[in-house]
Amino acid sequence: MNQQDFIASREAAWQRLEALLDGRDGPQAELPALYRQACHDLALARERRYGHGLIVRLEDLVLRGHQTLYRSRHDPWPAIARWLAGGLARAVRREWRFVAVSAALFYLPALFAIGLVLWQPQLVTSLLDVEIIRQMEAMYDPSRPDAVGRDPERRADSGLMMLGYYIRNNTGIGFRTFAGGIAFGLGTLFFLLYNALMLGAVAGHLSAIGFGETFWPFVLGHGALELNAIVLSGAAGLMLGHALIAPGRLRRLDALRLRARAALEILWGAALMFLLAAFIEAFWSPLAGISVTLKYAVAGLLWSLVIAYFLFAGRRHGA
Amino acid sequence: MNADAPLDNRREVETPEGILLHLSVAGPLPRALAWALDLLLRGILYLVLGLLFGLLGRGGMGLFLVALFLIEWFYPVLFEVRFGGRTPGKRALGLRVVHDDGTPMRWGTSVIRNLLLVVDFLPFLYAAGLASMLLSREFRRLGDLAAGTLVVHDRPAGAIPAIAPADKPRRPPVALDEEERQVLLDFAARLERLTPERARELALAAGPLVADAGDPVARLRDHAAWIAGEGR
Repeated sequence: MNQQDFIASREAAWQRLEALLDGRDGPQAELPALYRQACHDLALARERRYGHGLIVRLEDLVLRGHQTLYRSRHDPWPAIARWLAGGLARAVRREWRFVAVSAALFYLPALFAIGLVLWQPQLVTSLLDVEIIRQMEAMYDPSRPDAVGRDPERRADSGLMMLGYYIRNNTGIGFRTFAGGIAFGLGTLFFLLYNALMLGAVAGHLSAIGFGETFWPFVLGHGALELNAIVLSGAAGLMLGHALIAPGRLRRLDALRLRARAALEILWGAALMFLLAAFIEAFWSPLAGISVTLKYAVAGLLWSLVIAYFLFAGRRHGA
Repeated sequence: MNADAPLDNRREVETPEGILLHLSVAGPLPRALAWALDLLLRGILYLVLGLLFGLLGRGGMGLFLVALFLIEWFYPVLFEVRFGGRTPGKRALGLRVVHDDGTPMRWGTSVIRNLLLVVDFLPFLYAAGLASMLLSREFRRLGDLAAGTLVVHDRPAGAIPAIAPADKPRRPPVALDEEERQVLLDFAARLERLTPERARELALAAGPLVADAGDPVARLRDHAAWIAGEGR
């Protein structure tokens, strides 16, 4: 068959396919059959070496059909609800080794920094910038009326401002910790250690100079979510790094790609925890009229809830 | 891919129907330009939002920071998933983000791809991303490698026009093989876009086929019309 007859006989079908792909009205049920015919026509046109104008047009048609037919279309909300109810916890339990290493890399240096600063208070200047020390002291000085957790004049809109700040700052830290994992895990390592030492130094220093009564009630509440979210981000980053370092039988790229999906699941959990922590940090923790005991109690409750969720949620038949 | 194959940015993907799709992968320069456009657009967005939210006091500041966070990390994701793989910058340059099997973007892969932008940015101005693009066969930056995506050129609409029917289709004096027939068909299709001098110069390259013709271009056009119309 020559090119012109070919075009003449197939043109109508191609136009119908184009109309369906453009989203114009037409019997949608015809799309798969029309697409398969277009694939066949493309193969013929290539084999018979018809002009490139025709081949390019058919390639375009086939590519668009391919993209339309093979996109994923499903309602995500029930799956998200199921994931929150237990899927996230299962994912974290599945990767418990990475979570454990990340927790160790975060909490141990933090505790070490706290202990170090409590034992030798003058060492804080070698861990922290003097300017930051001064800022922290100003924030948590119990004798100042506008310290966190003390200021009864706090307005609702400054809470909103701090919410925005915390969401941006803290989730950004989490994402960066994750992204650093692609540098064979070294970036994640750096972020975890750096943040751990900073936090530990601040905590130790403030406790050493007697500001602990302002600091700990404030931090422990949202810390249940925020600190563990940092741990989860670190775990996700370590998963990336591990895929690159020890890909097993796969090529490094393939291992990275596979593990990136799993790591992302953990990171979503971390992002959610950052969000919740930001709300608590902006609206609950700074409340002035609450007694310290109540704040500690709520903090204890939050820690228990977080640990219980990750230990027990979503367990069925030994998952 | 053998050593004789010409360097090309086309990547072949086999579909389940057994067809080979050709994707034209985009290099660093168009992507950099698209990024610059998106940066400009985002800057304008920040300005506008900053002004708007600035009117609302400290609460507005908080909302602005949330908006800043969302735009910083998720601006490309939204466009890639909901707008056919094209942020405004990419759309202006005719680029599109797809999976490496040709399918359109999904939420998970788009998020992975864009969260890793911060690593591509290191140590400064996307040096790591650029290095990765130059080293990988399909110009993938680190985010593309981790997510399994490609940035391809969209096929421009209105490709090569159809061959206009000639007055007297003329059978070629010798039997031509398939590639040669295709070359003639393409030449005739492109005639509109060539200057007469250039068309003549190309037509003369046919050598013996046009040796006895007064107008080589017309002769080749007649041959092409015969091939298209009466063919084999």
